[in-house]
Amino acid sequence: MKHNQPDKTSPGRVRGWIKLRKGHLSDEIFSNLALVSALIIVGILVGFIIILNIDAMPAIRKFGPAFIGSSSWDPVRDSFGALPAIYGTLLSSAIGLLIAVPISLGSAIFLTEMAPSWMRGPTSFLIEMLAAIPSVIIGLWGLFVLVPFVRIHLESWLGSKLGFLPFFQGPPFGVGFLSAGIILAIMVIPIITALSREAMRAVPNEQREAMLALGATHWETIRQAVLPYCRSGLIGATTLGLGRALGETMAVTMVIGNNYTLTASLFSPGSTIASKIADEFNEATGEVFIGSLVELALVLFAVTLLVNVVARLIVWRMTVVKEEKE
Amino acid sequence: MSQQGYLRRKWLNRVMSGLNSAAAGLAILVLALILGYTLAHGIAFLNLDFLTQAARPVGEAGGGMRNEIFGTLILIVLASVLAIPIGLMAGIFLAEFASPKIAYAVRFVADILTGVPSIVVGVFAYAIVVRPMHSYSALSAGVALAIIMVPVVARTAEESLRLVPNSMREAALALGITRSRAVVGVIVPGALTGIVTGVMLTVARIAGETAPLIFTALGSQFGFQGLTKPIGAIPLQIFRYAMSPYPDWQQQAWAGAFLLILLVLGINILVRRLSNRKQN
Repeated sequence: MKHNQPDKTSPGRVRGWIKLRKGHLSDEIFSNLALVSALIIVGILVGFIIILNIDAMPAIRKFGPAFIGSSSWDPVRDSFGALPAIYGTLLSSAIGLLIAVPISLGSAIFLTEMAPSWMRGPTSFLIEMLAAIPSVIIGLWGLFVLVPFVRIHLESWLGSKLGFLPFFQGPPFGVGFLSAGIILAIMVIPIITALSREAMRAVPNEQREAMLALGATHWETIRQAVLPYCRSGLIGATTLGLGRALGETMAVTMVIGNNYTLTASLFSPGSTIASKIADEFNEATGEVFIGSLVELALVLFAVTLLVNVVARLIVWRMTVVKEEKE
Repeated sequence: MSQQGYLRRKWLNRVMSGLNSAAAGLAILVLALILGYTLAHGIAFLNLDFLTQAARPVGEAGGGMRNEIFGTLILIVLASVLAIPIGLMAGIFLAEFASPKIAYAVRFVADILTGVPSIVVGVFAYAIVVRPMHSYSALSAGVALAIIMVPVVARTAEESLRLVPNSMREAALALGITRSRAVVGVIVPGALTGIVTGVMLTVARIAGETAPLIFTALGSQFGFQGLTKPIGAIPLQIFRYAMSPYPDWQQQAWAGAFLLILLVLGINILVRRLSNRKQN
């Protein structure tokens, strides 16, 4: 690999860095240092897998696969299960995506198809700034501004209008799955918007022109010529947003209420995997307790890994196709 | 096509245009709300004491985040010292030395690592640094933040290096210098703006990270006491204060948030101006 070949992705790449002359010590050292650095990156990933498995072992040995299905969390009796945390993670992420996807797609459509050109730059800039705000600050805002709003206005309104559904029953706490979902939506909107915008931008203008020439309205053009063309990109964007939502910790920990239960009510306080770890890892004592928290981390790691692999493959395939066309 | 159908399509077009604009407006409104609240609350509670005093116990008025501000700066430096050389060299490997297949694999791993939740990074850093050393420490927090930084720095460095035209590589080699000299003396300087931009954005990101610090840095009432001792950080303190029931502390949390947002958005805006200027 020191004798490198031209890279596929940049067509005009130098045909041969001249092959390394043997015995050129500085080159040997330098390229090996570079190689070692790259190996460190791979090593970190492998390290995650090994270390998390070792540390989770006491819990894995004690509970086996039942850990995933059990909903007890009792440090006194050393009995732990992951179900409420997994449920809370999936539920809050689902609420988050349900809110975020339409808004993100709408914003991306606005930015690529509708906004006058002088508006595009500043608008995308503002949405990207939203992504840069640290999670803990969004959590702070959520705790002191969003949660009271949700408790006083949103939940009582939902309860009175849609109270016949099990999701909208129970006392309004403010902190809970609903607030966590809204906070997650705020955090993934910029990500999904930015990636969807990239995908839509890659749609060739001929698509739009052909559709408009047929007499289609602006919306019909977007709906039938633009969105289907970049569908895989949009799915990739949403999947990456999901990966982010699943692992988001601070903001969720601050607004979800940290209750360990299984309930259909969105108003109820709950936990996610990440919030459970953030809450209890410092105080945890005993092999099994710590092991259970690490096993939670392992579950989260595995799930986000899977989601990210899928998303990357979708997005990468899309960019490769794009580059081949160019 | 009937007149009615035409009107319906026109109407739908209007509605959808309105909805899409509203979506973008809503996203910006949320940003404005968060910034507005943080700035308004933060300015109200921010004063000189906040910057120069250490934290005080509950009930005592005043006090500030001096130690946490220092702590955040120390952690940023520590993480950068650990991560930038590795990230940069890995980027150089990806752009200049690796064969396509190996580059693909490493790039894939780096992208996957970027998606690992930061709380999991914290658990990992706890296992590899805190437990063996039997102490929460600034070092372990630096390692955790560095793990978050490395893949991002590597990828942005690689992207920037790829933008350096091949004629530069050819020219450098034609001078008869070695490849390593060409990379260090010609190619990396050519990509420097991009690399610096990437590094600064990553710094902005880790400056606000909280989850990996909870069980590595732990937080500390005292100032910097060495790499092997616990250390405070602004985001960690915001979290602790926000979750506390004391109004005094909650106000301090807002002031801290103001400071942190100034730092993070400041870096982001600065970087954007830098890279815009380069394009023009």
